[in-house]
Amino acid sequence: MMPNATLFAMAVWFALLIAFAYKFIWPPLMTAIDARNKKIAEGLAEAEKGKAALAEGQKQKDAMMKEARQAATEMKALNDKQAQVQIDEAKVQAKVEADRIIAAAHAQIEMEKQKAKEQLRDQVAVLAIAGAEKILKREVDAKVHADMLSQLRAQL
Amino acid sequence: MSSSNESITPSEYIEHHLQNLRISLGDGGFWQIDVDSLVMSIIVGVVGLGVFWLVARRVTAGVPGRLQGFVELVLEFVDNTVKDVFPGDRKFLSPLALTIFVLVFMMNLMDLIPLDFVAKATEAMGLPHWKAVPSTNLSVTFAMSFTVFILIIFFSFKSKGVGGFVHELFTAPFGSSPAMWIPNLAINIIELISKPVSLGMRLFGNMYAGELIFMLLGLLGMLGGVFTAGSIILSWGWAVFHILIILLQAFIFMVLSVVYIAMAQEHH
Repeated sequence: MMPNATLFAMAVWFALLIAFAYKFIWPPLMTAIDARNKKIAEGLAEAEKGKAALAEGQKQKDAMMKEARQAATEMKALNDKQAQVQIDEAKVQAKVEADRIIAAAHAQIEMEKQKAKEQLRDQVAVLAIAGAEKILKREVDAKVHADMLSQLRAQL
Repeated sequence: MSSSNESITPSEYIEHHLQNLRISLGDGGFWQIDVDSLVMSIIVGVVGLGVFWLVARRVTAGVPGRLQGFVELVLEFVDNTVKDVFPGDRKFLSPLALTIFVLVFMMNLMDLIPLDFVAKATEAMGLPHWKAVPSTNLSVTFAMSFTVFILIIFFSFKSKGVGGFVHELFTAPFGSSPAMWIPNLAINIIELISKPVSLGMRLFGNMYAGELIFMLLGLLGMLGGVFTAGSIILSWGWAVFHILIILLQAFIFMVLSVVYIAMAQEHH
């Protein structure tokens, strides 16, 4: 039962096993475990980041949607207003144009009328003179009677 | 038990199974080698750490296979146990703890192989005795615990220096007054020696007693010099309890070794 020389042989074997585990077993396994742990940690962090980014994106999307909707509403209102303004303007312009055309037509008509009157007067004067010439059957000195003739013309 | 001799007495049976296969190297009882214990230690050491080595050679940081998963489980268990005990650098201490745990567990595991299977197989090979459980040999358990002792001394020197270690031998725990040098030294030497002795004795005692109980239970079920189903049932029952013991003893040896080495690096 007392320990014997097996002790030394066993101690050497034990020491060899420790050295082997220290050199060839522990480092590669621990490196792999640490590497995986790091990978997992990174993956989790990435996922967390992704989630945050997604939430942020959602928020941005909502804000943008709201803004866009508001902008569209505003634009539509503005458009309606502008269209109304344009319609009103067009109406005013059309009225002005119409008035102008009517006025011009009136003026033209007045002028035509005036011209016709003028012509009529001249012709009447010529006719009157010719008539008078025929009635009187004598020559009337146009120069002498110019005064009288122009008086007559003015009366027409 | 011997197949050629069915009706041996219980004490013969026990004596037969408690003998190592010895070869003598020189004069005296000490210079002998227990070949069976040594060969079994080498086999279980190669098999136990071989599994770890196989995994370590083609280890991947990606998705681990089942074997790698198991190996990593053991590794992390050992590493966490060491971490709980020792806050410093675990680069050496963790592989040491792993070696102790695996080796002691594998040695103890041999206890679950029914005693007479091994005995008959080795008898067929012409070997008169063969104890399959190396941890039932005091030389083996002391070899391991004294290796741990050497490491305790080594780490004491490393963290305190030889001078600091000797200084502590004389001044702790009662203080540095010269009158206390002798008591201090006595206490420290007892404390130092008790560590490997208790470590080796505990493992040896547990495993030796466990094996003895297997033998006694086998004999208890024996009728007229022949083993019966009773022996098998009783042995099976004890084997189930023994699973706990072999694991526990491996764990205790590992944790205490780490605790002792961690204590050696503390300053008083």
